[in-house]
Amino acid sequence: MFLINCPYCGERDQSEFTAGGEAHIVRPKQPTELSDDQWAEFLFMRKNIKGVQFERWNHAHGCRKWFNIVRDTSNDKIHAIYKMGDKPPIK
Amino acid sequence: MKNKYSIFSLIKNAFSYHENWQRAWRDPEPKKEYDVIIIGGGGHGLATAYYLAKKHNMSNIAVVEKGWIGGGNTGRNTTIIRSNYLWDASAGLYDHALKIWESLSQELNYNVMFSQRGVMNLAHNLQDVRDLKRRTHANRLNGIDAVYLNTEEVKKFCPIINTSPNIRYPVLGGTLQKRAGTARHDAVAWGYARGADAMGVDIIQNCEVKGIKKNGDSIEGIETTKGFIKTKKIGVVAAGHSSVIASMVDLKLPLESKPLQALVSEPVKPIIDTVIMSNAVHAYISQSDKGELVIGAGTDAYVSYTQRGSHDVVEGTLKAILELYPIFSRMKMLRQWGGIVDICPDASPIISKTHIKGLYFNCGWGTGGFKATPGSGDLFAHTIANDEPHKLNADFNINRFVSGDLVDEHGAAAVAH
Repeated sequence: MFLINCPYCGERDQSEFTAGGEAHIVRPKQPTELSDDQWAEFLFMRKNIKGVQFERWNHAHGCRKWFNIVRDTSNDKIHAIYKMGDKPPIK
Repeated sequence: MKNKYSIFSLIKNAFSYHENWQRAWRDPEPKKEYDVIIIGGGGHGLATAYYLAKKHNMSNIAVVEKGWIGGGNTGRNTTIIRSNYLWDASAGLYDHALKIWESLSQELNYNVMFSQRGVMNLAHNLQDVRDLKRRTHANRLNGIDAVYLNTEEVKKFCPIINTSPNIRYPVLGGTLQKRAGTARHDAVAWGYARGADAMGVDIIQNCEVKGIKKNGDSIEGIETTKGFIKTKKIGVVAAGHSSVIASMVDLKLPLESKPLQALVSEPVKPIIDTVIMSNAVHAYISQSDKGELVIGAGTDAYVSYTQRGSHDVVEGTLKAILELYPIFSRMKMLRQWGGIVDICPDASPIISKTHIKGLYFNCGWGTGGFKATPGSGDLFAHTIANDEPHKLNADFNINRFVSGDLVDEHGAAAVAH
């Protein structure tokens, strides 16, 4: 449990938000060309990092907008928050 | 040779004030090389080592554990054992485990306090009723004992449940598996550790795996905090940390690790002599032999390795508990904790070899791995020893995420995941 600084609404309790999983997984441009292995990779395989991870979050009980969070999953500390479409502020 | 535990050994040791009990397992330094190394000294890992030694005549085995044995999810779960799963593959897997549980204390000469007190799953809406009836039929076709109960029968089986039609989610019925129940979780780890150690398995605690060395596509050994250990076969049973181990060989798994919480109340006199689970309101409860109410909450909906979990999840569970059991409104909660569970997209486990020769994974048990401990160890040992899955875990291979042949137990199992 932690606070999230929504880029649109400001700081709110994490329980107002929904986690959307790993960020920057690009949807394949030509889905019909994909092999089963590539589909599995896109749909199911996750880095599931212990440490700094890039994630999508949605302010479900607020503005309902999606944005990205850089969060350390080993201690739940948030390092950066940036809007969809923006470049990650840290590597 | 281990001394046998019995009433006579208990009396004999009473005369020396219980100060001369034999060590239950050794504390060895790692050897240079093992035939198999199991990463993770929880129930599943220790059971795997035990069955490798017992059924597959291997003795040069090590279990490496970064903390102490049974200190992870083995010591953090709510100890519920059942096998009332919907799909044939799951029914086979979990009932295999349940059958081993039934004679496990005798086999290990270690009292795992397996108690077949029954598990009841409640229905709170019409869809629940349909799903539970369907599952009951599926269970019976698979030879698993299951009965459907109406509201009065639920009330009769557990009189403290509030079956008033005026609560937010009224109890419309339920299912009961009488062979299901609970066991003492620590004893499972200790019993398997003692049994494995007696057959020569080295249990190496406080030994964290830092890397996996491979040559091309085959395994050479592991780097640990106690140095390099050579081996050709590795079985990874690292639960919430499976992805961390997999990343050492650039392998991605279809897992997300999330905190799952549980809590216990202050101890009270016997009030609830079974296990009651509710899918729709996500509350499950039983009573330990010490008298504490053991309550399982849900997972946090985001990836985290923090082993604590959010307050609002506990609050939601306790609200549901109080609505169903108003008698507990003045109970004080004594302890709360979290464990990191590795959840597969289809909420079924992976017991499988990988494309790397000699590397095997047993993971993805998510929120319900404890019940499967003996079966999981048995089948994983078979998979490692033969380099082929047993027919009971063939469906739980890692390639199902490529083929699409998932074992979709999400919501189909007796409790929400």
